[in-house]
Amino acid sequence: MLEVRYRTARTRPLARATLPAALDPGLTIRPAEAGARFSLRVRKATGTVAGLPLDGPINSLAGDDARWIARLGPDEWLIGTSETEADALAAAVASDLAGTAHALVDVSHRNVGIDVSGAKSAILLNAGCPLDLGDTAFPSGSATRTLLGKAEIVLIRWPGATPRYRVECWRSFATYVHGFLVEAGLGTTAPSKAA
Amino acid sequence: MLLIDCPYCGKRPETEFRCGGQAHIARPTDPSALSDADWSEHLFVRANPRGVHAERWNHIHGCGRWFNALRDTVSDRFIETYPVGSEPTTGSHPSQGTEPTRSTQTETRA
Repeated sequence: MLEVRYRTARTRPLARATLPAALDPGLTIRPAEAGARFSLRVRKATGTVAGLPLDGPINSLAGDDARWIARLGPDEWLIGTSETEADALAAAVASDLAGTAHALVDVSHRNVGIDVSGAKSAILLNAGCPLDLGDTAFPSGSATRTLLGKAEIVLIRWPGATPRYRVECWRSFATYVHGFLVEAGLGTTAPSKAA
Repeated sequence: MLLIDCPYCGKRPETEFRCGGQAHIARPTDPSALSDADWSEHLFVRANPRGVHAERWNHIHGCGRWFNALRDTVSDRFIETYPVGSEPTTGSHPSQGTEPTRSTQTETRA
Protein backbone atom coordinates (compact mmCIF):
# COMPACT_ATOMS: atom_id res chain seq x y z
CA MET A 1 0.00 0.00 0.00
CA LEU A 2 1.31 3.43 -0.87
CA GLU A 3 2.33 5.75 1.87
CA VAL A 4 0.21 8.86 1.57
CA ARG A 5 3.12 11.19 2.11
CA TYR A 6 4.94 9.82 -0.95
CA ARG A 7 2.11 10.46 -3.33
CA THR A 8 2.63 14.18 -3.38
CA ALA A 9 6.22 13.71 -4.51
CA ARG A 10 5.31 11.53 -7.45
CA THR A 11 6.81 12.60 -10.75
CA ARG A 12 4.87 11.76 -13.84
CA PRO A 13 7.10 10.34 -16.54
CA LEU A 14 5.22 12.06 -19.35
CA ALA A 15 4.79 15.41 -17.60
CA ARG A 16 6.94 17.14 -20.18
CA ALA A 17 5.66 15.28 -23.21
CA THR A 18 4.75 17.58 -26.04
CA LEU A 19 2.78 17.07 -29.19
CA PRO A 20 4.01 18.21 -32.59
CA ALA A 21 1.95 20.83 -34.38
CA ALA A 22 1.69 18.60 -37.42
CA LEU A 23 -0.32 15.92 -35.62
CA ASP A 24 -3.45 14.78 -37.39
CA PRO A 25 -6.30 17.09 -36.27
CA GLY A 26 -8.61 14.10 -35.94
CA LEU A 27 -6.51 12.68 -33.13
CA THR A 28 -5.85 13.40 -29.49
CA ILE A 29 -2.91 11.84 -27.69
CA ARG A 30 -2.78 12.92 -24.09
CA PRO A 31 -0.97 11.46 -21.07
CA ALA A 32 -3.62 10.43 -18.56
CA GLU A 33 -3.83 11.79 -15.08
CA ALA A 34 -1.93 9.83 -12.46
CA GLY A 35 -4.12 7.20 -10.88
CA ALA A 36 -4.01 4.11 -8.74
CA ARG A 37 -3.73 0.68 -10.37
CA PHE A 38 -4.07 -2.72 -8.83
CA SER A 39 -3.30 -6.11 -10.25
CA LEU A 40 -5.68 -8.71 -8.86
CA ARG A 41 -5.18 -12.45 -9.16
CA VAL A 42 -7.83 -14.79 -7.83
CA ARG A 43 -9.18 -18.11 -9.08
CA LYS A 44 -12.79 -17.37 -8.21
CA ALA A 45 -14.29 -15.32 -11.04
CA THR A 46 -17.66 -14.66 -9.44
CA GLY A 47 -19.26 -11.85 -7.51
CA THR A 48 -17.83 -8.39 -7.06
CA VAL A 49 -14.88 -6.77 -5.34
CA ALA A 50 -15.26 -3.21 -4.07
CA GLY A 51 -18.38 -2.92 -6.21
CA LEU A 52 -16.60 -4.00 -9.40
CA PRO A 53 -17.73 -7.23 -11.09
CA LEU A 54 -15.34 -10.15 -11.53
CA ASP A 55 -17.59 -12.26 -13.72
CA GLY A 56 -17.33 -10.28 -16.97
CA PRO A 57 -16.02 -12.04 -20.06
CA ILE A 58 -12.26 -12.28 -20.52
CA ASN A 59 -10.87 -9.16 -22.24
CA SER A 60 -13.74 -6.95 -21.18
CA LEU A 61 -14.01 -3.79 -19.15
CA ALA A 62 -16.50 -2.87 -16.45
CA GLY A 63 -17.02 0.38 -14.62
CA ASP A 64 -16.53 3.92 -15.83
CA ASP A 65 -13.61 6.19 -16.67
CA ALA A 66 -12.88 6.99 -13.05
CA ARG A 67 -13.18 3.51 -11.58
CA TRP A 68 -12.77 0.47 -13.78
CA ILE A 69 -11.83 -3.16 -13.79
CA ALA A 70 -10.41 -4.94 -16.81
CA ARG A 71 -10.39 -8.71 -16.99
CA LEU A 72 -7.13 -9.61 -18.70
CA GLY A 73 -7.29 -13.38 -18.30
CA PRO A 74 -9.21 -16.17 -16.60
CA ASP A 75 -7.81 -15.23 -13.19
CA GLU A 76 -6.27 -11.81 -13.68
CA TRP A 77 -7.76 -8.33 -13.43
CA LEU A 78 -6.39 -4.81 -13.65
CA ILE A 79 -8.23 -2.29 -11.49
CA GLY A 80 -7.96 1.45 -11.99
CA THR A 81 -9.15 4.18 -9.70
CA SER A 82 -8.17 7.61 -8.44
CA GLU A 83 -5.17 7.99 -6.18
CA THR A 84 -7.28 9.26 -3.33
CA GLU A 85 -9.34 6.10 -3.33
CA ALA A 86 -6.38 3.70 -3.45
CA ASP A 87 -6.29 2.78 0.22
CA ALA A 88 -10.06 2.41 0.48
CA LEU A 89 -10.18 0.18 -2.59
CA ALA A 90 -7.43 -2.10 -1.33
CA ALA A 91 -9.20 -2.46 2.00
CA ALA A 92 -12.53 -3.14 0.29
CA VAL A 93 -11.03 -5.84 -1.95
CA ALA A 94 -9.34 -7.46 1.03
CA SER A 95 -12.61 -7.59 2.94
CA ASP A 96 -14.62 -8.83 -0.06
CA LEU A 97 -12.13 -11.63 -0.71
CA ALA A 98 -11.49 -12.51 2.92
CA GLY A 99 -11.03 -16.26 3.20
CA THR A 100 -10.22 -16.63 -0.50
CA ALA A 101 -6.65 -17.01 -1.69
CA HIS A 102 -5.89 -13.94 -3.78
CA ALA A 103 -3.15 -11.46 -4.57
CA LEU A 104 -3.78 -7.73 -4.82
CA VAL A 105 -0.68 -5.81 -5.86
CA ASP A 106 -0.47 -2.04 -6.05
CA VAL A 107 1.06 -1.26 -9.46
CA SER A 108 0.19 2.44 -9.49
CA HIS A 109 3.77 3.53 -9.94
CA ARG A 110 4.42 0.92 -12.60
CA ASN A 111 1.59 1.88 -14.92
CA VAL A 112 1.37 4.97 -17.05
CA GLY A 113 -1.76 5.76 -19.01
CA ILE A 114 -2.01 7.53 -22.35
CA ASP A 115 -5.42 8.53 -23.67
CA VAL A 116 -5.97 8.27 -27.40
CA SER A 117 -9.19 9.51 -28.92
CA GLY A 118 -10.53 10.68 -32.22
CA ALA A 119 -11.98 9.10 -35.31
CA LYS A 120 -8.59 7.80 -36.46
CA SER A 121 -7.57 6.27 -33.14
CA ALA A 122 -7.72 2.71 -34.42
CA ILE A 123 -5.57 3.58 -37.43
CA LEU A 124 -3.08 5.21 -35.10
CA LEU A 125 -2.93 2.24 -32.72
CA ASN A 126 -2.68 -0.22 -35.57
CA ALA A 127 0.60 1.41 -36.53
CA GLY A 128 2.12 -0.72 -33.78
CA CYS A 129 -0.62 -2.96 -32.45
CA PRO A 130 -1.35 -6.14 -34.42
CA LEU A 131 -4.87 -6.57 -33.02
CA ASP A 132 -7.97 -6.21 -35.12
CA LEU A 133 -9.46 -3.00 -33.71
CA GLY A 134 -12.63 -3.05 -35.78
CA ASP A 135 -15.96 -2.57 -34.04
CA THR A 136 -16.77 -6.27 -34.28
CA ALA A 137 -13.50 -7.65 -33.03
CA PHE A 138 -12.74 -4.99 -30.44
CA PRO A 139 -16.01 -3.25 -29.49
CA SER A 140 -16.27 -0.52 -26.91
CA GLY A 141 -15.91 -1.98 -23.44
CA SER A 142 -13.02 -4.22 -24.48
CA ALA A 143 -9.73 -4.39 -22.67
CA THR A 144 -6.78 -6.64 -23.31
CA ARG A 145 -3.07 -6.95 -22.90
CA THR A 146 -1.27 -6.74 -26.22
CA LEU A 147 1.75 -5.21 -27.90
CA LEU A 148 2.46 -1.76 -29.28
CA GLY A 149 5.67 -1.75 -31.22
CA LYS A 150 8.17 -3.42 -28.93
CA ALA A 151 6.35 -2.64 -25.69
CA GLU A 152 3.69 -4.59 -23.88
CA ILE A 153 0.57 -2.52 -23.22
CA VAL A 154 -2.91 -2.93 -21.87
CA LEU A 155 -5.34 -1.51 -24.38
CA ILE A 156 -8.75 -0.35 -23.18
CA ARG A 157 -11.57 0.90 -25.33
CA TRP A 158 -13.90 2.93 -23.17
CA PRO A 159 -17.64 2.40 -23.47
CA GLY A 160 -19.37 4.77 -25.86
CA ALA A 161 -19.91 5.21 -29.55
CA THR A 162 -16.95 7.51 -30.18
CA PRO A 163 -13.63 5.67 -30.21
CA ARG A 164 -11.70 6.49 -27.07
CA TYR A 165 -8.81 4.32 -26.03
CA ARG A 166 -6.52 4.10 -23.06
CA VAL A 167 -3.01 2.72 -23.52
CA GLU A 168 -1.57 1.52 -20.22
CA CYS A 169 2.11 0.77 -20.34
CA TRP A 170 4.90 0.29 -17.90
CA ARG A 171 6.62 3.39 -16.65
CA SER A 172 9.96 2.60 -18.22
CA PHE A 173 8.25 2.15 -21.60
CA ALA A 174 6.23 5.36 -21.30
CA THR A 175 8.46 7.66 -23.32
CA TYR A 176 8.85 5.00 -26.00
CA VAL A 177 5.12 4.33 -26.22
CA HIS A 178 4.22 8.01 -26.23
CA GLY A 179 6.85 8.77 -28.85
CA PHE A 180 5.65 5.84 -30.92
CA LEU A 181 2.05 7.09 -30.82
CA VAL A 182 3.04 10.66 -31.66
CA GLU A 183 5.18 9.55 -34.56
CA ALA A 184 2.40 7.29 -35.82
CA GLY A 185 0.04 10.26 -35.54
CA LEU A 186 2.08 12.06 -38.18
CA GLY A 187 1.24 9.41 -40.75
CA THR A 188 -2.45 8.67 -40.34
CA THR A 189 -3.63 10.97 -43.09
CA ALA A 190 -4.55 9.14 -46.25
CA PRO A 191 -2.09 9.70 -49.07
CA SER A 192 -3.37 12.31 -51.48
CA LYS A 193 -4.69 11.02 -54.75
CA ALA A 194 -3.30 13.90 -56.77
CA ALA A 195 -1.49 12.66 -59.80
CA MET B 1 -0.20 -12.59 -40.27
CA LEU B 2 -0.55 -15.94 -38.54
CA LEU B 3 -3.46 -16.01 -36.12
CA ILE B 4 -3.37 -18.40 -33.17
CA ASP B 5 -6.62 -19.37 -31.51
CA CYS B 6 -6.03 -18.88 -27.79
CA PRO B 7 -8.54 -21.01 -25.84
CA TYR B 8 -9.23 -18.01 -23.59
CA CYS B 9 -8.96 -14.96 -25.89
CA GLY B 10 -9.84 -16.24 -29.34
CA LYS B 11 -7.85 -15.59 -32.49
CA ARG B 12 -4.87 -13.36 -31.77
CA PRO B 13 -1.76 -12.37 -33.70
CA GLU B 14 1.22 -14.65 -33.53
CA THR B 15 3.57 -12.04 -32.04
CA GLU B 16 1.66 -12.16 -28.75
CA PHE B 17 2.62 -15.80 -28.25
CA ARG B 18 5.68 -17.76 -27.22
CA CYS B 19 6.27 -21.41 -27.97
CA GLY B 20 7.14 -23.60 -25.00
CA GLY B 21 8.32 -26.74 -26.75
CA GLN B 22 6.86 -30.19 -26.92
CA ALA B 23 3.68 -30.93 -24.97
CA HIS B 24 2.50 -34.04 -23.14
CA ILE B 25 5.94 -35.03 -21.88
CA ALA B 26 5.71 -37.66 -19.20
CA ARG B 27 7.80 -36.45 -16.26
CA PRO B 28 9.63 -39.21 -14.38
CA THR B 29 7.89 -39.89 -11.09
CA ASP B 30 11.14 -40.82 -9.35
CA PRO B 31 14.02 -38.93 -11.00
CA SER B 32 16.64 -40.27 -8.61
CA ALA B 33 15.95 -43.80 -9.81
CA LEU B 34 16.79 -42.94 -13.41
CA SER B 35 20.11 -43.69 -15.02
CA ASP B 36 22.10 -40.75 -16.33
CA ALA B 37 21.20 -41.69 -19.87
CA ASP B 38 17.48 -41.79 -19.14
CA TRP B 39 17.64 -38.52 -17.24
CA SER B 40 19.49 -36.73 -20.01
CA GLU B 41 16.99 -38.14 -22.44
CA HIS B 42 14.16 -36.68 -20.41
CA LEU B 43 15.88 -33.32 -20.12
CA PHE B 44 17.25 -32.78 -23.57
CA VAL B 45 15.80 -35.11 -26.15
CA ARG B 46 12.65 -33.97 -27.88
CA ALA B 47 10.82 -35.17 -30.91
CA ASN B 48 11.16 -33.15 -34.07
CA PRO B 49 8.61 -34.68 -36.38
CA ARG B 50 7.78 -33.68 -39.89
CA GLY B 51 4.03 -33.29 -39.59
CA VAL B 52 1.70 -32.95 -36.65
CA HIS B 53 3.39 -31.89 -33.43
CA ALA B 54 1.78 -31.27 -30.03
CA GLU B 55 3.31 -28.17 -28.49
CA ARG B 56 2.91 -25.96 -25.45
CA TRP B 57 2.24 -22.30 -26.18
CA ASN B 58 1.96 -19.30 -23.92
CA HIS B 59 -0.15 -16.25 -24.69
CA ILE B 60 2.48 -14.17 -22.96
CA HIS B 61 1.42 -10.74 -24.27
CA GLY B 62 -2.26 -11.46 -23.77
CA CYS B 63 -3.96 -13.46 -21.06
CA GLY B 64 -0.64 -14.95 -19.98
CA ARG B 65 -1.97 -18.51 -19.97
CA TRP B 66 -0.33 -21.68 -21.18
CA PHE B 67 -2.20 -23.94 -23.54
CA ASN B 68 -1.48 -26.76 -25.94
CA ALA B 69 -1.64 -26.75 -29.68
CA LEU B 70 -1.44 -29.24 -32.50
CA ARG B 71 0.66 -27.72 -35.22
CA ASP B 72 1.72 -29.11 -38.54
CA THR B 73 5.43 -28.47 -38.84
CA VAL B 74 5.28 -28.72 -42.61
CA SER B 75 2.59 -26.17 -43.33
CA ASP B 76 2.91 -24.24 -40.00
CA ARG B 77 -0.85 -24.57 -39.74
CA PHE B 78 -2.44 -24.73 -36.29
CA ILE B 79 -4.82 -27.65 -36.34
CA GLU B 80 -6.22 -27.21 -32.87
CA THR B 81 -5.59 -25.43 -29.59
CA TYR B 82 -6.83 -26.76 -26.28
CA PRO B 83 -6.32 -25.98 -22.59
CA VAL B 84 -3.62 -27.59 -20.53
CA GLY B 85 -4.82 -30.81 -18.97
CA SER B 86 -7.18 -31.76 -21.77
CA GLU B 87 -6.77 -33.88 -24.85
CA PRO B 88 -7.03 -32.75 -28.46
CA THR B 89 -10.28 -33.65 -30.14
CA THR B 90 -8.91 -33.64 -33.66
CA GLY B 91 -6.58 -36.58 -33.16
CA SER B 92 -4.24 -36.93 -36.04
CA HIS B 93 -3.98 -34.74 -39.05
CA PRO B 94 -6.12 -36.33 -41.75
CA SER B 95 -3.77 -35.64 -44.60
CA GLN B 96 -0.65 -36.79 -42.80
CA GLY B 97 -2.03 -39.85 -41.09
CA THR B 98 0.43 -39.56 -38.24
CA GLU B 99 -0.31 -39.53 -34.53
CA PRO B 100 0.78 -36.48 -32.54
CA THR B 101 4.15 -37.08 -30.96
CA ARG B 102 3.67 -37.80 -27.29
CA SER B 103 6.84 -39.26 -25.85
CA THR B 104 10.44 -38.40 -25.38
CA GLN B 105 11.54 -41.93 -26.03
CA THR B 106 13.95 -41.76 -28.85
CA GLU B 107 12.87 -44.44 -31.21
CA THR B 108 12.89 -41.61 -33.72
CA ARG B 109 16.36 -40.42 -32.80
CA ALA B 110 18.20 -42.88 -35.00
